[in-house]
Formats: sequence, C-alpha cells, structure tokens
Amino acid sequence: MMASSYNAKDEDGLHPGSVGSGGPGSVKSKKPDNTAFKQQRLPAWQPILTAGTVLPAFFMIGLIFIPIGIGLFVTSNNIKEFEIDYTGVDMSSPCYICAQNYSWDSTSVCTCSVPFTLDQHFDSNVFMYYGLSNFYQNHRRYVKSRDDSQLNGDKSSLLSPSKECEPYRTSENKPIAPCGAIANSLFNDTLELFYIHPNGSRIAIHLVKTGIAWWTDKHVKFRNPGGSNSNLSVVFQDTSKPVNWRKAVYELDPADPENNGFINEDFIVWMRTAALPTFRKLYRIIQKKKDNMTPTLPPGNYSLEVTYNYPVRSFDGRKRMILSTISWMGGKNPFLGIAYITVGSVCFFLGVVLLIIHHKYGNRNNSADITN
Amino acid sequence: MLRRLNRLCGGDENRVDSRTIYIGRRPCLETEVFIPSKFCDNRIVSSKYTVWNFLPKNLFEQFRRIANFYFLIIFLVQVIVDTPTSPVTSGLPLFFVITVTAIKQGYEDWLRHKADYEVNKYPVTVLEDGRSVKKESERIKVGDVVEVVEDEIFPCDLILLQSSREDDTCFVTTASLDGESNHKTHYTVPDTEKDLQALSATIECEQPQPDLYKFVGRMHIYKADQEPAVRSLGPENLLLKGATLKNTKKINGVAVYTGMETKMALNYQGKSQKRSAVEKSINAFLLVYLCILISKAVVCTTLKYVWQSKEGQDEPWYNQKTQKEKDTNMYLKMFTDFLSFMVLFNFIIPVSMYVTVEMQKFLGSFFITWDKDFFDPEIQEGALVNTSDLNEELGQVEYVFTDKTGTLTQNNMEFIECCIDGFQYRHRDELDGFTVTDGPVGKLQQKAGLEKEELFLRALCLCHTVQVKEDGAEETPRDQVDGVDGMFPQPEEERCFIASSPDEIALVKGAMRYGFTFLGLESKSMKIKNRQNDIEEYKLLHVLNFDPVRRRMSVIVQSKSGETLLFCKGADSSIFPRVKPEEVDRIQLHVERNATEGYRTLCVAFKQLSAEEYAVADTGLREARLALQDREEKLMAIYNQVETDMSLIGATAVEDRLQEEAAETMEALQGAGIKVWVLTGDKMETAKSTCYACRLFQRGTELLELTVRTLEDGRIKREDKLLELLRDYHRRAVQDAPPVKAGVTRSWSTANQEYGFIIDGATLSLMMNPPRDADASLYRNLFLQICQNSTAVLCCRMAPLQKAQIVKMVKNSKGSPITLSIGDGANDVSMILEAHVGIGVKGKEGRQAVRNSDYAIPKLKHLKKLLLAHGHLYYVRIAHLVQYFFYKNLCFILPQFLYQFFCGYSQQPLYDAAYLTMYNICFTSMPILAYSLLEQHMSIEVLLDNATLYREIAKNAMLRWRPFLYWTVLGIFQGLMFFFGVRFLFSNPALQDNGQVFGNWSYGTIVFTVLVFTVTLKLALDTRHWTWINHFVIWGSLAFYVFFSFFWGGIIWPFLKQQRLYFVFANMLSSVSAWLVIIILILLSLLPELLLVVLRKPRGPHSRQKKPGQSNVGGSHSSQSSARPLLMRTFSDESNSVK
Repeated sequence: MMASSYNAKDEDGLHPGSVGSGGPGSVKSKKPDNTAFKQQRLPAWQPILTAGTVLPAFFMIGLIFIPIGIGLFVTSNNIKEFEIDYTGVDMSSPCYICAQNYSWDSTSVCTCSVPFTLDQHFDSNVFMYYGLSNFYQNHRRYVKSRDDSQLNGDKSSLLSPSKECEPYRTSENKPIAPCGAIANSLFNDTLELFYIHPNGSRIAIHLVKTGIAWWTDKHVKFRNPGGSNSNLSVVFQDTSKPVNWRKAVYELDPADPENNGFINEDFIVWMRTAALPTFRKLYRIIQKKKDNMTPTLPPGNYSLEVTYNYPVRSFDGRKRMILSTISWMGGKNPFLGIAYITVGSVCFFLGVVLLIIHHKYGNRNNSADITN
Repeated sequence: MLRRLNRLCGGDENRVDSRTIYIGRRPCLETEVFIPSKFCDNRIVSSKYTVWNFLPKNLFEQFRRIANFYFLIIFLVQVIVDTPTSPVTSGLPLFFVITVTAIKQGYEDWLRHKADYEVNKYPVTVLEDGRSVKKESERIKVGDVVEVVEDEIFPCDLILLQSSREDDTCFVTTASLDGESNHKTHYTVPDTEKDLQALSATIECEQPQPDLYKFVGRMHIYKADQEPAVRSLGPENLLLKGATLKNTKKINGVAVYTGMETKMALNYQGKSQKRSAVEKSINAFLLVYLCILISKAVVCTTLKYVWQSKEGQDEPWYNQKTQKEKDTNMYLKMFTDFLSFMVLFNFIIPVSMYVTVEMQKFLGSFFITWDKDFFDPEIQEGALVNTSDLNEELGQVEYVFTDKTGTLTQNNMEFIECCIDGFQYRHRDELDGFTVTDGPVGKLQQKAGLEKEELFLRALCLCHTVQVKEDGAEETPRDQVDGVDGMFPQPEEERCFIASSPDEIALVKGAMRYGFTFLGLESKSMKIKNRQNDIEEYKLLHVLNFDPVRRRMSVIVQSKSGETLLFCKGADSSIFPRVKPEEVDRIQLHVERNATEGYRTLCVAFKQLSAEEYAVADTGLREARLALQDREEKLMAIYNQVETDMSLIGATAVEDRLQEEAAETMEALQGAGIKVWVLTGDKMETAKSTCYACRLFQRGTELLELTVRTLEDGRIKREDKLLELLRDYHRRAVQDAPPVKAGVTRSWSTANQEYGFIIDGATLSLMMNPPRDADASLYRNLFLQICQNSTAVLCCRMAPLQKAQIVKMVKNSKGSPITLSIGDGANDVSMILEAHVGIGVKGKEGRQAVRNSDYAIPKLKHLKKLLLAHGHLYYVRIAHLVQYFFYKNLCFILPQFLYQFFCGYSQQPLYDAAYLTMYNICFTSMPILAYSLLEQHMSIEVLLDNATLYREIAKNAMLRWRPFLYWTVLGIFQGLMFFFGVRFLFSNPALQDNGQVFGNWSYGTIVFTVLVFTVTLKLALDTRHWTWINHFVIWGSLAFYVFFSFFWGGIIWPFLKQQRLYFVFANMLSSVSAWLVIIILILLSLLPELLLVVLRKPRGPHSRQKKPGQSNVGGSHSSQSSARPLLMRTFSDESNSVK
C-alpha cells in the first residue's frame, strides 16, 4: 500500500527520440571490463558456519562466562548495602507527622530522626544515596523542561530562558534561574547521619558533598554565568528563584564558591534525569578513615536526621536513604552475575547436548547426503 | 501526457476521420478559399518540465506516491503537533530522498530538453514559392514540401513526392524506429508532376495513429483542365520521422504529420509499469507493520489515559502542565497523543528502506550489463537492462515462454533441399559443392522434367521481395563480366541480398546455386540470369504481400513474351487448399518428411493468368488499395480471390539451425523446475522437431496432441471432440499421475511418465472462444491442468496475439505463477509485454523485441546464467534485504515502545534524536546495501552447475509468511532482550566505580549500542561472501558508530537546545558493568541464530563443492546434442504421439 516504488523510471517513460540512453540501460558497445568487481569475482572469504565451528564457540562461551559470572556474583554479594525508607507513611514512622503536614509551599521546618542499626561494618568509601519511587523524572514533559544553555552560563539564556521551561519559565515577570520543571523540583531534604556510640553519645558523621556529579558535567556542561565574577548574587540579580525553592540558586552552598550556583553538585546530580521511575541518586560520600584499620561505618546504632521538605505523598511516592559500598562494577546488583552464570551454563549445556546430537545423528546425515 | 498533448494539438479535428492537406499549403482550386487548418507544429516535446513548473510539478508527482506522502504527513504532524522527536528526524531523510529524486529527474529532463532542442532546431530545407528556404525543423507545418538529402533523418512524416532516383523510389532505414537496419524501398506517388511548384493537389489521410506499418490516404491531383486524378497512398509512400534516407541523393516530400503527431512520437508512450512479486511482498509486510504501528500507538494512548486517571499521576506537583495544555480539549489531546505515538514509533517503517531497495535494484542491475559472459563478439554487444525493477523476478520464474524462430533457432537459414514435382533434389554441401552449376543434382533416381525444374527455379527467383544491395558503381560492370564468364558464378555467391525475412534470402541463394540468379529489381522489372546465362526480364505487376495470417505471398509478373504469371509461395496449409488436389499428394509426402526433420518448408505454386483474369485482378487490387476504409479486409479478399486454382510446382526445405547451447539451456531450465512452453507461428512438425532437438521432448515423453488434425473426426463435431480429448488427456496427465509435491515438480530419476502437450492456434482459439460460453472456463481449466502437468508444452501456429493470450492465461491461473517470455521478433512483442519478465534476444529480426523487453540478451544461452545465477542471487539478496530491514527496525523501535510503560506513557523517546535519525541512514544502512549487492550465498559456478538449486527459492520462498514470522519473532526477541537486559541493570543505576549514577540517556545509549552491534553482527553472521567491501563496510559502520558517539557527546553543540548526550557515551564506556551487559546482550541475542546454524541441516555441503562427475556428465551429454543438433531426428518417431 505504501510501497509504491521509489523508482524514477516509472514516469520517465522512454523517449529514445530525444534521449539516446540513460541509466543502466545504456548500450555498452564495447566489451564489458573484465575486472573482478564487475564480474562479481572479488576474492572473498566464505565462512561456513557448521556445527563443527559453532560447537567449540559454545564451549568457549561457557568456559569464559561462568567464571566471570561467579566473579560478578561474588563481588556483588560482597557489596554492603543498607536501605531505609523514611517517607513516613506508617503511623509508627518517625517522619509520619512531617509527611502528613507537609506540602511544598509550607514555610515551617519539619525534622524527624530515623534510627537504624547496621549489622555489618562498611569498609572503604561508603556512598550515601537518596532514592525516590514512583517519581517520573523520565516523563517527557519533565525531561525537556530545562535550558541547557542557561545552565551552561549563557547570559542571554539566563535572562530569557527557553520556551521548553514553561510553565516554570518566569515568575513575577522575572526569568527563573534555573528554569524548568527539573530544577524546580530539586530534591531538598537534608539528610544527616549520626553514629550513636554505645555510650550514648551522638557522633556526626562527616559527609562529603563533592565528587558526586560527573566530572564533565561539573566542569563543562554546567557553568555559572558571569564567568569569573564570584559574586553570584549580582550575577543572578535580575532573575527569580524557582517557585518551589526556599533559597535562590546562589545560596545553595554559600560556603563553597566552587559548589554554588549552577555548579552545585546536588543540583547537577538532580538535573541528570533518571531512567526509571524508581531511582537513586548519589547524595554524599563518607570517606574511609585515614588509618585504614577501623571501618568507615562500624556496626551499631545510627540515626538519620531528616529535614523533611520534599513531599511525595501526593503522587504516592517513597523516599529512601541508601548506604552502599562500591566495587569495580558499581553498586550492588546481582543481575549481571546471575545473567553471566546462566548464559554461560546454558551455552555449556547446549554445547554438550549438541555435541551428542551431532555425534549421534550428524554422521548419519552426512552419509545420507552423499547417497542422495 | 503525449496523449493529452495530442488532444490539444488535434483540437476539434479529432472528430473527423481524416484530415485534408494542401500540398505546399496552397488552395487547389481558384474558387476555393484556402483556410489553413490548424495542425500542431513540428516541435517535439519529450521533456516533462520547464524551469518554471519544475518545482511544483515534480514535488506534486513525488508526493503522489503513497510512501512519500505518508512520510510527508508524519513530518507535518511533527511540525504541527508537539511531538517527542523533532521534525528534523523525519524531515531530513525525506528531504534527502526527495532532493535526490528531483535532481535525477531534473537531470534527465535537462537531457531531454537538450535533445529536443537539437531536434527542433535542426536546419531543414523547405520549398516555398519555388525557392528552397532553410528553416528550423520546428517551423515545418503540415503541407510544407520538405527536401531531404542522403543520410539525413526525415524531420516529420512525409509523403514521398519526388525522388532523385530514376525509378521513383527511395531507400530508407528505420533502424532508429524499429531497429531493422535493412533498406526499405518507398515509392513516390505515381503520376505526380515533376514540377512540384505546379503541383496542385490535396492529400486526404487518416488521423495520426501509432502503427508504424499502417497508413491509408488518398491524393487528389488537380489539373487545370481535367477531372482531378486520385492516387492511393499507403505505407510505402510514407516516410517516417526518425528514419534515414539511404542510397538516394535527394527527395521531396510533403509533410502530413508533424511534431507530436508523427508516428514516432505517438509510439513512445511509455510502457506499463511491471511490478515484481517482491514488491507485493513488501507491501504485505508493510501492512503488517502498519498494523503493529497503529496498535502500538493505540495501546499506548489507551494505557496513558488509564494511567493518568489515577490520582496524582497526570500532573504531580513537580511536573505541572502549561496553561495551553490544560486548556486543550480532552479528545483533541487524545488525538494528538495518538499522533505523537505514531510519530515516535514511525521509524518502524523507514524511508531508508525504499531508498536502499531502489539503490540495490539500480546498482545491482549493472552487474548484468557488466557481465562479460553475456557479451557476444558477433554483434559486439552485451546484455541490456531496460528496467531494474525486475531483477529479483528473474529468480522466481516458473514458466518460460519462448519463441522458436530466432530464439531457439538461429534464424540463419540454409537452403537444404527442394522437391520439384515430387522429385527430391538435395544439394550436397561438400567441399566442391559450388561446382554444381549445371543444375540440380538428382541423387535420387529420377529428375523432374527440365521445364518444371526451370519453372520452379524461376518461381524462387521471382517470388520474393529481396533487394540486391548496391555497393557502388563498379559493382555492375563486374557482374557483367561474370555474366560473360558464365561458368564460375562464385563471385555472385558473395552478392549481398537484403530482405526482411531470412527465408527469402535462403531461397534466392538456393536458386542461385541451381543456376538461376536474381540480379535485381529495376524500375519495376526483375532481372534474372538463367542457366544459359541469358538475362531474363520480367515486369513486376503486383506484389501480394506476405502476412502471418495468410501465411503466403505472391507476385504477378509479366514475362517478355507477354504471359502474365502468378507465383505464390507459402506454408503448406495455406497453399494446399488452393491447388489442384491431385498435385498435393506427391509433394505432401516430402513436405511432411522435411517438416519432421526440423526444416522449414514452403510450397511454391504458380498460375498463368489470362488477360481477362489479370484485368479483373488488377482493377480489384487497385480499387482495394485506394480504399480509405477497411483497406486491409478488401485487399485480403482480392488476394484470396486471385490466389486460387494454382498448380503446385514444388516445395523447399530450409534449415534453421539451433542456437548454440539451446539444448543445454532448456535442460537447465527444466532442471530448475521451470516449465518451458514453446510458442511459435511455425507448423507443428517443424516445431516438434525443434523441441526434440532442444531436449524439451525426450524419447520417453508421451505427446498429447490437440491440433486440428486430431480434432478431425468424421463422426462428431469438433467442439465435442475437443472436450473428449481434453477429458482424456486430463485423466491421463492429471488424475492418473502420482500427486506431485509443490515446488519439486519432477525429479531427475523419472519414474513416472512425462507428458508433452501440443496445441495449435486454431484449436486454441476454438478453446478460448467455444461456441457455448459456459464451456469456456471448463475448457480452460482442463487445458491449464494438463499443461501444468506436462513437462513441456508446444503451441504452434500461433498468431502474435494468441501468444500473449496464452501468457495471460497462465499468468492469471491459480497461484499466479511468474512468467517469462523470450523472443526476438516483432511478433513476440505482445507476449514480452504481457509476461512478468520480458526478455528480448538481440536477433536478426530487428530490434522491436529488444526495445519492448525488460532485459535483452544477445543469445538464448545467456538465459541460463541470467536466471540461474543472476536471478537467484538477486532474489536472495533482495529478499534478505527486505526481511532484514523490517527486522532491524522492529528491534529498534520495540525498546522505545516498552520504555513507554516506564515513563508514564509520555512519549519520551528512549534514544537521542541523533540516534533516531542516523540509525537507518548511517549506522546500519551500508552493510545491508553491500550485502544486497555482493552476497553470493553460493558461488555462481555452483548455481550454474546445479539447476535444482533454483527450486529452493521458487514461489517467493524467502518472502513468505513463515520466514517473515521468523524474522519478526527474532526482532521481538531481540528487542525484549535489549530493553529488559538494560532494565535489570538499571535497577541499581549506580554503575560507575565512583558511585555515580546513570540517567535516562545513558539507558538509551546502552540499548542503542547493543542494538547497533547486534543487527550488524546478525548481518555478519548471514554473510557468506566476505569481500573486502563487506569487511570494510561492516566493521567500518561499527567503528563509525563509536566514533560518531564520541564526537556527538564530546562537544557542547551550540545549535542544540539540550546537551543530552554530553559525555554520556564516554561515561558509559568507563563503566565495567555497561561493557559486560553490552557483551552479554549481544551474545544472547545472537544465540538463537547460532543455535539454528547447528540444528539446521547443513544446506547441501555437497552442492557447495563442485562435483566434477555430475556436472561433466551433464556437459558431455549436452555437448553431444549440440554438436549434432539434429540427432533427435532419429528418435522423433511419430509413434510417440497420441493420435
């Protein structure tokens, strides 16, 4: 139905009266060239995939994949991960009150503290994530609602953001910086971690807030406008803060000018939209102890202090805090290991079965072919 | 379009049957006022566009194609509606396609403009008021008297008024019209005045019509004091535009048809478009994919609204709608959502497939023209491809309809023997063969009387339309010298004869060997030199032309002594009823024996006309020639009336040698499961023996005859006998035969009886048009079933139109098999045009067949390679191309579809726009194009040696629903694999060893990387013929993808609104998990393929290796038969046939 041919010829007709010849139909009066290409005799490698060549491949795949899979599985299992939901849906949950009362435009600060216990010690660097569920960061309307040239420090985009940012483009007749739905919904819970020493004292755990965003994002893709002008409040003076934000963009981390404004790493991490509605984002890094002897997080009781700002109840969302160590393959994910072991063993098994089949029936087939 | 123009030019004149032309555009009678009637001018317009209308017209024509239109709609939807992908993604490819096509068409039109200009501005000489005026060709008006000199091309259709030759003739060649390069004689209108200025005449002739060989007109010559004289005009007076004047210094003619009304212009109206079966398959698949596309969009739209109905999902606080979106009507929104999904998934039907298919066909057809095996050193030409649309159809042929003369046989006639008055004369072609000058050597006991002998030879010398080629002035005296020498006529053997039929030359040459030499025709008198070397002169009174219906021709000559003689030669069936029955018996025996031996036989008869008889015939002929209406019928009636009561004097036998390797070719075709039908105008015995010679009929073949002869039964009517025979044959060939498996029609070990079926034209027409209409389908069904169960079918005594009828009948029969017609002559054109694939043989009978064919080859033997190697390869290539294209787009779009379930049905694309656009254009297009041009899953030699391999792909085997289903399932499996593999990986998006996380664009990029590698490697697995080009293109494509991804993500692109992919690819590669998941997913996706390789029975490993024994057996077998083409005569005994 749609395949009316694209051929130009059907309309060209033939007009030998005017055009002698054209296209492939032109008469070659002289002998065709005897080149390998034209005679379709280019030297060629003609692989023949037969059981003989494929079977070893099956065994090879099995032999290689099973160890890799085991390695992956072990690695993944060795990664320690602790996850705690602090949304406060349950009555018993410490954050229940905050969750009930809270809407995004309230001014009062609500904090709650969630106690938890680590059974194992976490060695090496420990990574702290926040996780959101049922939060559609990959919704099309949401994904496109940003202006990358504004975030790249472009002056003109700063003052007149892209239309894609609607309805988070202007507020009070001033352009919003950073504009768009993504920036507007920046995750603004503050999470703090305390170790509760057996003796009852609360020791604040130092959380590093840099190194959580991609290097290229932080250093190239996201730039503050005004270049070297370190006074960000001046640079952003003609702009308005996103409507949901408590503070302006230049107040995200006033203490560290390298982590303020558009190049604030929490902000950058948030701006990288997640692939799935349940996701985690890197929040803080707990660096390992210098002495290397004591674990970064010893087993024991901890307390998670939450400044509860971020409402998720309206869309039935969940908030989590995740502590995880990291290996060479990233965070804990048994999928890869299992996949490799499965595929490896299936290949190996198929190899064996096929070998048997081939041995039993292959010969007969061959002989049948010959007599045929 | 020409027709439309024609209508414009013709104006209201079309309503009249004839047009009147005033010669010199002067009024003929003083009393009459000359009103110049409006005819179109002599401008040839073959171009389609002008500078002004090119853009709109071309665009309009391009968008009239549904596919283009579809993509335009998609593009417009993208522009108007807020869709997930930018309009560029579909606009760019569409723009590319449209531009390339427009440039190509524009260029072709420019060439046409140039050629038109050349033709239209060509200077010509026009006689005006006694002066010759130089004019541009386009200025010629109907009625102008035009002067043409030797070797010039006639600028329009002219009526010949005056020639510089004394005999009032001129010679032309029509090589550019119908390819016949022989010189044709045209005559001036008799009795016109020498002074053209004083000539006052009008011409009344029919309205322009495209038949090159038909023209009827009448010329009224007005003289001051006499009644107007009337002269008839026929095609012999008409000089066609495009023909060239030869051997004549100068002619004058009056223009009758000009410009677009000339016969040449009317003849180029373009051929009907043939579409291949592959294209039909593509359309069917497209429909399936369109359904998939629409159902995907419907599913997504529905689910979207279901999902949104849950509270808080449609518009959570973090993702507010704009005011405009809120205001939009709910149903309108649903509709735009539907359109958006359509746009998002529209890549499943890619523009690029059409481009690639088109390129594959266009470029692929070059391999046919380039093939040196198709080059024929004799005519210095190779194969010719007139259309590239049907390449793959060559691999699908089920029925071959072949002409006999010139196709199966060489059309190189040699006079073998003759029979005079019942005595056989055989010319022994020994070394000293030419020394036989003293007359026929009757190796057989007796000779006919000398008188009869000479009469016969005179008849051969006179009854023809052969011309003697004049090579120059010095030729004539030498001839005379020879004449004096007398005893050594060898030089005359080199004499060059020109005729439209090679039989005639063979006969004239045959007569020459027996001592009667035809010297030529000069001013209506034919000169022959007899055995005594005396020149005899005969006045040529009338030529009763040959035509395939009458199957005979006659001349009426007047000898010196005043006798008027009619000589007639023709097929036995048309002569025997017109001669005295008692003469027939003696000669019939010889004729039949000669025919069984495969010779072409002609009978010669003569009749002495008395003065009265002649007078009657003469007036009758003249009257009929003058008739404006029904001239043909009237002439025919007169001819039939004149050619009666003749006396038979003898018969001739001319051998038509088989084409080189004709038998091998036929054998190979039959081995390939192709049914070969021979359709010929020749008589049954001759055709049958040719069939034996070509091994179409074998010794054991049981012949089922359905001819006029077998129908003759005194007791019952012919119709009843026909039905009876049909039933009988049907029972034998169809019902009693063991059921044959579809596809494999016949095995080499012929356990079961083979049948050959013979039918002739008369019976066929009886069957096609039975007296009772109700029987038509019954007859036809019986006939078709018998034919389908016969190994070879011979249809003899066919008129050209009947050939086409047969082809059409088979074409439209159950299962609509692919048919191929091959022929070399003008009489094959109708069947060439009718069949799915028409093949012209560049033979001796002109170029008409070649011009109307889809492919032209120099010799019949080339058909084998064309079908078995080229056709097979093309089919495999394009079938794979089509399946692969659908597959790769299915697994391209499926993840995007699945992603909708995870992004709130928001039409969020999984891949970046650049990937969406480039996937089909750059990343995966070249490998499949290279594959579809270069793949040889089996080498050409193997394909040629094993004709049976052709059956593997019969009946569109690779594009039926089963393989399509396999590819679709494979695509779905891989699409699921890609998406969910990465989905499980992303259950923890912290994939980097520094704990950082990946976002949605990383997700898409990983899926896309797996996708590109998998589909490319899948093709690599399918490739059986790795030339350096394949290597380059496959690995190059992958490398290009990697390079492009780095490049695309490596720069902040100033013109992009969003830097979505900035360093996404590089970061992906820095993650070990991403690597591992890519590797395992590629492997897992290809695993079913690998498994199939093992499980599938190896596709004939023995057929892959050449089996010298087998091929040699076939070779030696057939080389024998070609060395002795008439070997079959020994076993062509009639006992085989059923009577």
